Amino acid sequence: MAEPDLSVSIGPLTLKNPLIAASGCIGYGVEYADVVDLSTLGGIAVKGLFLEPREGHSPRRLVETPSGLLNAIGLQGIGVRQFIDEKLPVLHRHRAVVIVNICGSTIGEYAEIARILSDVEGIAALELNISCPNISEGGITFGCSLQGTHDVVEAVRQVTDLPVIPKLTPNVANISSFAKAAENAGADAVSLVNTFLAMAIDISTRRPLLSNVVGGLSGPAIRPIAVRMVYECHEAIDIPVIGMGGIATARDVVEFLVAGATAVQVGTANFEDPMIWPKLRDGLTAYLTEHRHSSVSDVIGSVQIAQNEPSQIGD
Amino acid sequence: MLVDVDARVLANRHLSDTYNILELEAPTIAAKCRPGQFVMVKTALGQEPLLRRPFSVFERLRDRHGLLIGISLLSKRIGKVTQDLFAVEPDEYIRCLGPLGKHFTIVEPPMSAWMVAGGVGLAPFATLAEALSELHTNTTLFYGGRTSADLYHLSFFQKLGVRIILTTEDGSRGEPGRITEPLKRELQTTNGRSAMIYACGPTPMMQSVAELGANANRPTEVSLEPIMGCGLGGCYSCVVPVRNDDTKSQSHFVRSCLEGPVFSGTEIIWPNLI
Repeated sequence: MAEPDLSVSIGPLTLKNPLIAASGCIGYGVEYADVVDLSTLGGIAVKGLFLEPREGHSPRRLVETPSGLLNAIGLQGIGVRQFIDEKLPVLHRHRAVVIVNICGSTIGEYAEIARILSDVEGIAALELNISCPNISEGGITFGCSLQGTHDVVEAVRQVTDLPVIPKLTPNVANISSFAKAAENAGADAVSLVNTFLAMAIDISTRRPLLSNVVGGLSGPAIRPIAVRMVYECHEAIDIPVIGMGGIATARDVVEFLVAGATAVQVGTANFEDPMIWPKLRDGLTAYLTEHRHSSVSDVIGSVQIAQNEPSQIGD
Repeated sequence: MLVDVDARVLANRHLSDTYNILELEAPTIAAKCRPGQFVMVKTALGQEPLLRRPFSVFERLRDRHGLLIGISLLSKRIGKVTQDLFAVEPDEYIRCLGPLGKHFTIVEPPMSAWMVAGGVGLAPFATLAEALSELHTNTTLFYGGRTSADLYHLSFFQKLGVRIILTTEDGSRGEPGRITEPLKRELQTTNGRSAMIYACGPTPMMQSVAELGANANRPTEVSLEPIMGCGLGGCYSCVVPVRNDDTKSQSHFVRSCLEGPVFSGTEIIWPNLI
């Protein structure tokens, strides 16, 4: 039997496989170019970009929790123009599929960055960060309001032909309504979940461990919640869902695909094992082969739920 | 080039009930690493702990023919990972990624080299002393600990011809007090002679050394140990505040895994370093 086809479609974009490096977890990609063959990834979602450079929060920025990682980096980073001048050519040289994650304090800033990036060659898609829990202005403010989500997506949609992928926050009561709002505003796909707002305290000093007091929780600790949210969103919308949250093995990749994700992003696990990508790809191929699937598309949304089982919260 | 290997434990030498030296089979890392570089170590296969931890390369290990066979780590038992490293047995495996980060500047004669170590901060200085010795650089080790039980590995430095100055806070060995006191005196008595001062240890100690060096017009290099997530520049957790080249803003956060862990002492904005 031939190798199964791993390619997936995200709106107009075809990825060679469904494995994407998650934004905020692989720098600008260029840092990993000596460790990882960037061209073998389905895509790389680079660190979130504002118009201008940002300093981020003071340390301490990271706390390890049981099976989890709590962070408050505060989106330190270079501005969009420096990214285009310095990082993008390196990513192109390594034949990486570049998904640019963009952030804004205002709707206008999202649209401005999208406009700048739309004039540049070699960008595969725009991921809209409307879900970072670690900055006070913009970001999650839009992602926690249905109108805000709609307005950011619509504003970016009007200025670009690139695929638009809003990244949703799990810090809402009903995430599928936000997926629906994004779809109605013209999104090509949605990605979820960003981190869960969380906190850790040093009981000897009774001070929060993070300088920002609160941060975002990622890692295997959040995975079952993320799987549930991917499942709910897949049920609610017709555009693709890109799933993420604690994926650490090929088994986890398959679980998200079965729940309804068309592609997945991997973040925290890449910190522990930067060589994870071929393992995930080989494991996915092995699963598809074992279950006699010719294409990864066969398993997307294939979760088996009987008629009499509840499919919605509260049923 | 950097590699990620399952390094076989060759030996685990317990120096006390707190300190140990873990010898790992990792010839490629041994061949590539420069003094001051580090490795990211994973002790468990599961998710406790989830992330790797950074460790300075302590020694480069050779077989009896002189061929490089691996590296050792100097560890002090304080948390889960260092507990695991203390308990690990020969022939077990430790995941080890490296070498990573910027290395020390190796000075040559007529400059001399002063290495200032506090406790487990001795870790980067064994390989540094070897590299300095190869260049015949006159080298002194200032080494301070809480008690005599915190001072290790002295014969290694003696064999390389390193002059050793010891202090303990309880006075149980060497001069009583902090290691910065003999350093201060030495700076006064050797006024005008050129020396590079290297420091690794608790942050207040490194800050003192950087300030003493700056006041005496001596260059300093410090090896910082911030909390790290990945060691590769991916997560932006390990940032430290440095002076900006331009004067527009006073402080700028840089990733110590890529720009460090070795920094010039004058580059760091010490009051902002947490």
